[in-house]
Amino acid sequence: MNTFISKIKIAALLCGISGFSVLALAGEMKDTGTSGAGQNKIEIKDFAFNPQTITVKSGDKITWINRDEEPHTVVSVGKKFQRSSGLDTDQEFSIIAGAPGTYEYFCSVHPKMTGTIVVKK
Amino acid sequence: MSNYISHDHEHDGIDRRGFLKCMAWAGTGVLWTISGGVLVSKTLAEVAKTGSSLPTATDLSFLQISDSHIGFNKAANKDVTETFKIALDRINAMPTPPSFLIHTGDISQLSKPEEFDTFDQILKSCRTKDVFYVPGEHDVINDGGKMYRERYLKNVQGKGSGWYSFNKNGVHFIGLVNVLDLQAGGLGQLGDDQLEWLEDDVKGLGADTPIVVFAHIPLWSVYPKWGWGTSDSERALGYLKRFGSVTVLNGHIHQVLQKVEGNVTFHTAMSTAFPQAAPGDAPSPGPLNVPAEKLRSMLGLTSVQYKQGKTALAVVDSTLS
Repeated sequence: MNTFISKIKIAALLCGISGFSVLALAGEMKDTGTSGAGQNKIEIKDFAFNPQTITVKSGDKITWINRDEEPHTVVSVGKKFQRSSGLDTDQEFSIIAGAPGTYEYFCSVHPKMTGTIVVKK
Repeated sequence: MSNYISHDHEHDGIDRRGFLKCMAWAGTGVLWTISGGVLVSKTLAEVAKTGSSLPTATDLSFLQISDSHIGFNKAANKDVTETFKIALDRINAMPTPPSFLIHTGDISQLSKPEEFDTFDQILKSCRTKDVFYVPGEHDVINDGGKMYRERYLKNVQGKGSGWYSFNKNGVHFIGLVNVLDLQAGGLGQLGDDQLEWLEDDVKGLGADTPIVVFAHIPLWSVYPKWGWGTSDSERALGYLKRFGSVTVLNGHIHQVLQKVEGNVTFHTAMSTAFPQAAPGDAPSPGPLNVPAEKLRSMLGLTSVQYKQGKTALAVVDSTLS
């Protein structure tokens, strides 16, 4: 019985950990590997994320760049990944895609702006 | 005077053609007034000559400034501190100084401490010292409004995320926060806690108490596609329906818009930093680039006068040109 509970605890713990680490900040990763840099750019222009939906592989780097004169943010719905701070014109923000799944995000300054990240294996 | 609109405040609201005409004046350096349901306008030159545009015998006058965006330095206005200073100069030059100021948000461009510092420094030149604040979304970007509250809401004993009310000369003022905890895909939002507080706050007031509500994002659906509205504002206005005079002052959209609905007058103020396009007139609601010589005619401030016994408050917009 004790072993069984421990296993549940461990499983829960692992779920918890994976839940928080599905997408990590680029700054926290030493090496983004060969699949990452330069690809998967999302341009923020005219109060929209372009492309609005992006499909990437787990481990890929995703970079947003703000081309508006308004500050924008990238904030995960349900706090599935680290949010950006306010991005001024031409500022960038990057994350590394974690576990496969669909991640919704929005700009907390202009919440009408929404986007989706689809992470594949 | 030919430049006026007469409409019945109590019945059918503002005549559309006349309203649009006034909107055009607002953009070209003219004052306009809503007083007792009559909308009149005078040029700034006329005001400078006679000083007579503002109602003289008033019981209370206050001034709304909005959307200073200190830290903004793009083409639409390279020097927002200068235009903010000019706005304060205009306040200092008023024949009767306002009792206090209301700042309806977006003090800063990026919620940076140095932007708030600059604002505070410039504001020292204003001879009216009493200022009441509500945050804009630009003021609360990185910390959920913590820094803003510490700086600007300390003296008002804000509840929840910073909302509060106070009384002046028999007028009940309500400062609301609709820029926090916004939901993906949504508009401005007040939230259940704030709405419950509001219901309770006005419960004991007589229906003849004049109400002034101020918040950053408009509390009416100006243009939801651009996020120019507040998702749960209807509920808030429901609590205010029984009052004979409700004036709602907002910022956010950097232009004067006005709507009258029953006893409620909705009014948005100009920015002191840069104009924005009319709803739907641009791909997005970003800063609007206008010729340098035209800029100041699209920036400005709003003066509000209350005279006891009158139902409507007089709302006067003036540009910085």
